[in-house]
Amino acid sequence: MASLATIFGSGAMTNSIREIEGNEVIFIIGSNTKEAHPVIANAMIRAHRKGAKIIVADPRKLAMCRFAETWLRQRPGTDIALLNSISHVILKEGLHNAEFIEAQTRQFDDWKKSVEEFTPEAGEKLTGVPKEKIIQAARLYGGSRKAAIYYGMGITQHVNGTANVNAIANLALLTGNIGREFTGINALRGQNNVQGACDAGCLPNVFPGYQRVDIPEIQEKFEAAWGRSLSARPGIAASEIAQKALDGSVRAAYVMGENPVLGDANVSHTKKGFEALELLIVQDIFLTETGKFADVVFPSSCFAEKNGTFINTERRVQRVRKALAAPGMAREDSWVITELSRRMGYEMSCSSPEGIFEELGSLWSALEGISYTRIESRGVQWPCPTKNHPGTEHLYKGGFPRGRAAFTPAPFERSAGSTDAAYPFILNSGRNLFQYHFGSMTRRVPLLESHAGEAYIEMHPDDIARAGMQDCDRAKVSSAQGSVVLRVRSTDRVSPGTVFIPMHYAEAAVNMLTSDTSIDSFSKTPGFKITAVRVQPVREGE
Amino acid sequence: MSNDREKQKTVRLRINSQVIDVPEGRTILEAAKEIGIYIPALCNHPMISQSGACRVCIVEVNGTPVTSCTTLVEKDMEVITNSPYIEDLRRDTIDLILSDHPYDCMVCQKTGECELQELAYSYNIRKPLFSGERRIYDKKDGNRFIERDMEKCILCGRCVKICDEVQGVGAIDFAYKGFGTKVCPPFERDLDCEFCGQCVMACPTGALVGRDWIGKGRYWKIREVDTTCSYCGVGCSITLHVKNNEIIRVSSRPDSVVNKGLLCVKGRFGYGFISSPDRLKQPLIRKDGRLKAASWEEALDFAADKLKKIKEAHGPDAITGLSSARCTTEENYLFQKFMRAAVGTNNVDHCARL
Repeated sequence: MASLATIFGSGAMTNSIREIEGNEVIFIIGSNTKEAHPVIANAMIRAHRKGAKIIVADPRKLAMCRFAETWLRQRPGTDIALLNSISHVILKEGLHNAEFIEAQTRQFDDWKKSVEEFTPEAGEKLTGVPKEKIIQAARLYGGSRKAAIYYGMGITQHVNGTANVNAIANLALLTGNIGREFTGINALRGQNNVQGACDAGCLPNVFPGYQRVDIPEIQEKFEAAWGRSLSARPGIAASEIAQKALDGSVRAAYVMGENPVLGDANVSHTKKGFEALELLIVQDIFLTETGKFADVVFPSSCFAEKNGTFINTERRVQRVRKALAAPGMAREDSWVITELSRRMGYEMSCSSPEGIFEELGSLWSALEGISYTRIESRGVQWPCPTKNHPGTEHLYKGGFPRGRAAFTPAPFERSAGSTDAAYPFILNSGRNLFQYHFGSMTRRVPLLESHAGEAYIEMHPDDIARAGMQDCDRAKVSSAQGSVVLRVRSTDRVSPGTVFIPMHYAEAAVNMLTSDTSIDSFSKTPGFKITAVRVQPVREGE
Repeated sequence: MSNDREKQKTVRLRINSQVIDVPEGRTILEAAKEIGIYIPALCNHPMISQSGACRVCIVEVNGTPVTSCTTLVEKDMEVITNSPYIEDLRRDTIDLILSDHPYDCMVCQKTGECELQELAYSYNIRKPLFSGERRIYDKKDGNRFIERDMEKCILCGRCVKICDEVQGVGAIDFAYKGFGTKVCPPFERDLDCEFCGQCVMACPTGALVGRDWIGKGRYWKIREVDTTCSYCGVGCSITLHVKNNEIIRVSSRPDSVVNKGLLCVKGRFGYGFISSPDRLKQPLIRKDGRLKAASWEEALDFAADKLKKIKEAHGPDAITGLSSARCTTEENYLFQKFMRAAVGTNNVDHCARL
């Protein structure tokens, strides 16, 4: 997101779910769409049945490969080499959109040099993808002016995640596949309201609406609105809390609906950090792994017990409605925050969710034209600056808000976490269809738990045989950070030398293994997708 | 777009003495629907290709009965949807379907929402005219999500098509032939699929229902609340079916803007956590190393006092806040406002990167 915002001026899915059906070419990279965003996969399948060509680029043989014209199985961590090679071919074959490049971009010539070395042959060597497939993908994507890219955490959760996104953006700029209907760069956001949380300003460097805290005029605007003097110093990222707690610069944490102990890379380190805090306040619907370390716990209400809005991956503001009373003494999060704030000496007007939404809209023009009345039956996509504005299906129609968009060279570096004799496998992590995130919700749905309740590691049959194991055996998976024990699942979804563990299972938490030191320096996103591990059989009785 | 539409050729035909112009390539069923003429159909569904399996949608075209869902409009067609002749044929067709049906509407989960029951009601078929052999299936599907009662299946094929064409899975198909025809997974194994429940949504009878819905309540005794799914970022519209402060089922409306009624296994069947016994029901404060129940007053005072002390001793940047992508936009706004205005720090983040 950080990268997209730098290049274009906004960090969201540029186009809409409705437009998927109008795509001629769908390029999916680093997204297990069929399992992580199933209903978007439905739209892609509809497009496929209408004749759209699908390109899947992923180290794993994902369900969407069934519908793919071509599947590029790049080695983990080589996305940049792959994307740069595709750009190289598009340039070489003259499939680029010279008119668009001339009118709407800058730094093209500098960038062009940076992909010169990425011939299809070089691409094949670096990524393991046959050069014919690289050329085929380039011709498909570059040959269409209704081509769209869809990506997920398989792109961002890398040490070089920001550069990955740059390489994707370059492809779109090169072909002009942005700023029109049926194209775009579409980041598939993982959680129901991750867009809304970002939009509302739950980020350390920006106020609501991505307005930077360190720009004096903006600071003054918010000081006037909130009646308090505000800090101009950007805050710390979630992934930095544990370290700051250990070195004593952070003493207290207030955690609402979040489970950092499982969610952050290197669980044992995170645990130590949260234990070191003088005060940990946890507000949640369940006593999560993080809650167990808390000094005080506030019981809160789930989505079915309150009114408000979620903003989805296509920037659509949609209503959330109260259907039930919260159990016991549990209260709505907004009530808890307001009460705590009052006790801290800052009285927030305790208005309705609708009033809060309007306050947000008064501070960020993209939401200004949206009201609860307008989204009563169907949501509206921001930007929507006025009451008569219909909302925005695709961004950047007629140009980018910050002027010309820059081509940004994406240098290819070998990813950290390379394998060695002690840790010969590359571990990837992600979701499966039946569970969600760290499982605090789905693991408590008996139906889902009875079907997909056991942690497992996907491993290639050849590797299993080589390790002297069989399908369904128990295995110990270790990295430099820690180890977990889980069941082996034999599958050719993963290639030999790579393994996959779903992130949902606390008893075999994949983040026991991931490293918190390999962080993207720009976005502060941990490199969850690549960790060197070893896999050993667990004998009965161990 | 509008140019394309203008260029599209239309044909003029008559339906029940109404003259209409319809774009070429439409079916009679679609054309009739456009002018508000209802033709019942059990196998037709807007999300799948036509099959003409149920024969309920028959109409008279220039005197001959045809299935309106598979017959394309033609110039000067004379279509009659409701002549006594057609109504008799249609009644017999429904009657024949009912002759091989369990007739257990009083205990069927689908009662009141069943398209077959609705047709029996409209055509006043209290007891089928025809009698004969009935398909009796003893083997039950052992999957946990979907109750598959194949005795209630009318072999319309909606489930087979939606699974293949919309979901891209193809978990089920027609097996055997003639009277023995049955919709089932390969080798009649237990269903093992994505469990999206698209087939359940499409089924016109009680052959497919959510297993957890059974016996929880009739649809007219529940309150429906339209909201947005709380799982992934797609933002599917869902409808919560509420009875006695409990969610007993989740569905989605066919006209929902993002998902057109489609859902995934989590959206459709993953609501059980809401009523989990693990839900936190009272504030807790750590005393002597253990979390103990407290009042709101105590818990809030405790937290605020400690926050104030830490702020005084170490400055506001010693306090950090983590918000949530699961919470509403409004709650996230309040949370960061609290951290920035009440505490005085920009230390606020959430799990966007995870």
